Amino acid sequence: MSRESILAAIKNNQPDHQALPDLHTFRRPNTGDPAAFKKVVETLGGQVFEIGSYTEIQPLIAEHYTDLNKVVAIQDSYLPGAATQWETGDGRQLEDVDLAIIPGQFGVAENGAIWITENEVKVRVLPFITQHLAVVVAAKDILATMHDAYEERIVRPESGFGVFIAGPSKTADIEQSLVLGAHGAKSLTVFLYTPKP
Amino acid sequence: MKVGLFIPCYIDQFYPQVGIATLSLLEKLGCDVVYPQGQTCCGQPMANSGFEHLTHGCNELFVNHFENFDYIVAPSGSCVLHIKDHLHVDGKEQAATHIRQRIYELAEFLTDVLKVDNLKAKFPHKVGIHQACHGQRGLGLAQMSELVAAPFSKPQQLLNMVEGLELIELKRSDECCGFGGTFCVFEEAVSVKMGKDRIADHVNNGAEYITGNDVSCLMHLEGILRRQNSNVKVLHIAEILNSI
Amino acid sequence: MEHQHKEHALLAEDFNANEPRVNWHDETLWWIRQKRDKIAWSIPEWEELRETASRIKHNVLGNLHDYLLEFERKAQENGAIVHWAANADEHNKIVLQLLQEQGVKRMVKSKSMLTEECHLNPYLAEHGIEVVDTDLGERIVQLAKEPPSHIVLPCIHKKKEEIGELFHEHLGTPAGNADPKFLTAAARQHLRKEFIQSRVAITGVNFAVAETGEMVVCTNEGNADMGAHLADVHIACMGIEKIIPQRKHLGVFLRLLARSATGQPITTYSSHFRSPKAGQQLHIVLVDNGRSRQLGREDFRNSLKCIRCGACMNTCPVYRRSGGHSYHNAIAGPIGAILAPNLDMKEYADLPFASTLCGSCSNVCPVKIDIHQQLYKWRQVITQEGHAKKTKAAGMHAMNIVLSKPGLYKTAGGVGRWVMRTFPAVVNNGMNPWFKQREMPAPPKQSFADWYKKNRPE
Ligand code: SF4
Repeated sequence: MSRESILAAIKNNQPDHQALPDLHTFRRPNTGDPAAFKKVVETLGGQVFEIGSYTEIQPLIAEHYTDLNKVVAIQDSYLPGAATQWETGDGRQLEDVDLAIIPGQFGVAENGAIWITENEVKVRVLPFITQHLAVVVAAKDILATMHDAYEERIVRPESGFGVFIAGPSKTADIEQSLVLGAHGAKSLTVFLYTPKP
Repeated sequence: MKVGLFIPCYIDQFYPQVGIATLSLLEKLGCDVVYPQGQTCCGQPMANSGFEHLTHGCNELFVNHFENFDYIVAPSGSCVLHIKDHLHVDGKEQAATHIRQRIYELAEFLTDVLKVDNLKAKFPHKVGIHQACHGQRGLGLAQMSELVAAPFSKPQQLLNMVEGLELIELKRSDECCGFGGTFCVFEEAVSVKMGKDRIADHVNNGAEYITGNDVSCLMHLEGILRRQNSNVKVLHIAEILNSI
Repeated sequence: MEHQHKEHALLAEDFNANEPRVNWHDETLWWIRQKRDKIAWSIPEWEELRETASRIKHNVLGNLHDYLLEFERKAQENGAIVHWAANADEHNKIVLQLLQEQGVKRMVKSKSMLTEECHLNPYLAEHGIEVVDTDLGERIVQLAKEPPSHIVLPCIHKKKEEIGELFHEHLGTPAGNADPKFLTAAARQHLRKEFIQSRVAITGVNFAVAETGEMVVCTNEGNADMGAHLADVHIACMGIEKIIPQRKHLGVFLRLLARSATGQPITTYSSHFRSPKAGQQLHIVLVDNGRSRQLGREDFRNSLKCIRCGACMNTCPVYRRSGGHSYHNAIAGPIGAILAPNLDMKEYADLPFASTLCGSCSNVCPVKIDIHQQLYKWRQVITQEGHAKKTKAAGMHAMNIVLSKPGLYKTAGGVGRWVMRTFPAVVNNGMNPWFKQREMPAPPKQSFADWYKKNRPE
């Protein structure tokens, strides 16, 4: 009922059509700079490790994290011996995950954001509910801008849920002092991967 | 070049020296200046209070007084902006359009029309520019700090030609002083607080004088300075450019 | 809904009773404005981006009818259930019904200015349902029983000591602890419990893509995601103007939003919700509440381009010195002052006058809304529609300045005579607020006109 009246009012009141602007001038194809990406992630409060093989992940984790009881790794190769059977449930089963290591499809140099979808993480809440988050991204998959991201890599949605994650969860709601670890992951580690020749 | 001098009402009444400085500056620069007697107000105080529909009288008078000049110049950015944006008169639209296109605030008239590149002026003091909003954001007298665009400032360009004058840097280069027409009385508390903060910025940075293109803002700042018994003075830019 | 409250000028005066606090509020917000400037300057094409965003939104306004239908169709194909609400009341009823169907008494909500606009929380409370706001700032003001004072920084008016006290009272933190880190950690623990328990989550929407039927929600905290991904039912509430045409347009808006809002390159999370997760219900409530009317007002329709970044508030010299609550509206600041009169012209007749028309807001606005020009135009409309009662004082006071000096009155000519006819009472009125904290220049011996007659005889 309201639907029809709202739509009728809009039709009656909307201004004349104006063409959409061209977005092409904003594109910077093939200029994604992993070093720039790294710098931005760090200013957002994340840490970045450049790795040449997934086998480097385990020692880095041992070195930089303490008290990890439950670790979820999306690929076995990230961390052999991580938790299994974590996928079953409505998400609440992940309440006690300390660290999740997940793949990111690509990163964006201008803002440090990494694109992650349900296809990879399987349980949507995983990258949020985990206490700490680690994302593996290939250095060759760093794009320059958000325009490149949407027009090259994610022209169409390929899953029910996707998210850009840029840094750890944070808030500055109390007197504008920045605190990492609001409701999502308290820390973000990025493994920037360039396969050894 | 026939220039019609528009002296807004509060300048006429409270700051005649600004009118005199403007006139003599323009004459020094070789303009043929006439001040049409009987001119009143641009209508801005009423329009900004929501009474634009009652400004017909003002508009008609304005057109009658100024339709026959090559240029109209006024030492007030906000009055000029108001005329530029809102002067319309039934049956005299052509004359009104002419005025809207040919009215200039003093500083931009000097830099853009007369293309002044030197002035025989001397003012050996530390001066802060109060960049009044209507002149700046409305008329484009100076670049706005909000925009990602190359900086420029027409008043500063002129003040740089004054011998001995030292411009001070402000923490907030173009924040509003809080005059705002009727705002200054209707929102007295915020208006005064804004004025106090602007003044503090100038004082903290060593200004002896605060100058600007809008007497209304300066009147507001001066009112607060005097209540504070401050030694800092306000001067309209015309007075500095005309000083020897 | 009738609210009894003072007008902006008086509420602002109250706020100014504590000058150090005004300074603190002003400096904090100015600092955010500076962060915004800095990051904007790091993007050479910044002004083109703003222009592009504005033009995309213009295209949206001109095709809103078709885009909404496209969005609805796609969203339904994605498995969402779409509801339409003509006004706040209908919106609230729809949400209530969904909650009652689920039989929930308590649920989580992430930031949504729309639900603030609709006063959803008090409505649900009346029906025995408690909403837990999960954005930290919103939770804080909720505990304080106050509305948000800023659309992006809901508790920007609160000192950490006050927040420490609130947490002590409501969350049992130790008295006297006002450390932001500690308090944030306490809130995290408290709200994690709520997320885990809640079967329903409400979120706002930043952008809804017609082409794909998906909705993008931006947060730094991760609260929208924690709520929505754990709940059995996700209710997304959005104003009809949140539509954008295509996915690629997100590139433009996500580049602008956080940079304008807080000076960050992007929010931590930009979540794209397309279809419900397995076993979940996704409801989308499309709300008009005056927007289609605003769309028909040529002078004001551009206000619907707003992406709620809050930059116009941070830059507004009046907002910074009067506080968000002085606007007595869900949305404060310059944008609130041009949106509110569309909702209730009489109630909000004072807001377009709570500005000096300095124009800074229009310059920072990422979608280039001509905010200060709309403020000027609302003043005309409000006056002509006969709601000038609240604002007449402004005119009277101003004319009082003019008229309190006989010399000025004489030369003011037509103006003076008009004022005399209209407000005869203001002459010789000794209550002129100008003089409360300011002097007036001493009247000179002669006016400029007199001087001219003497010195430039014809
Ligand atoms: S009006 Fe513009 S600046 Fe203000 S909140 Fe909306 S988008 Fe941001």
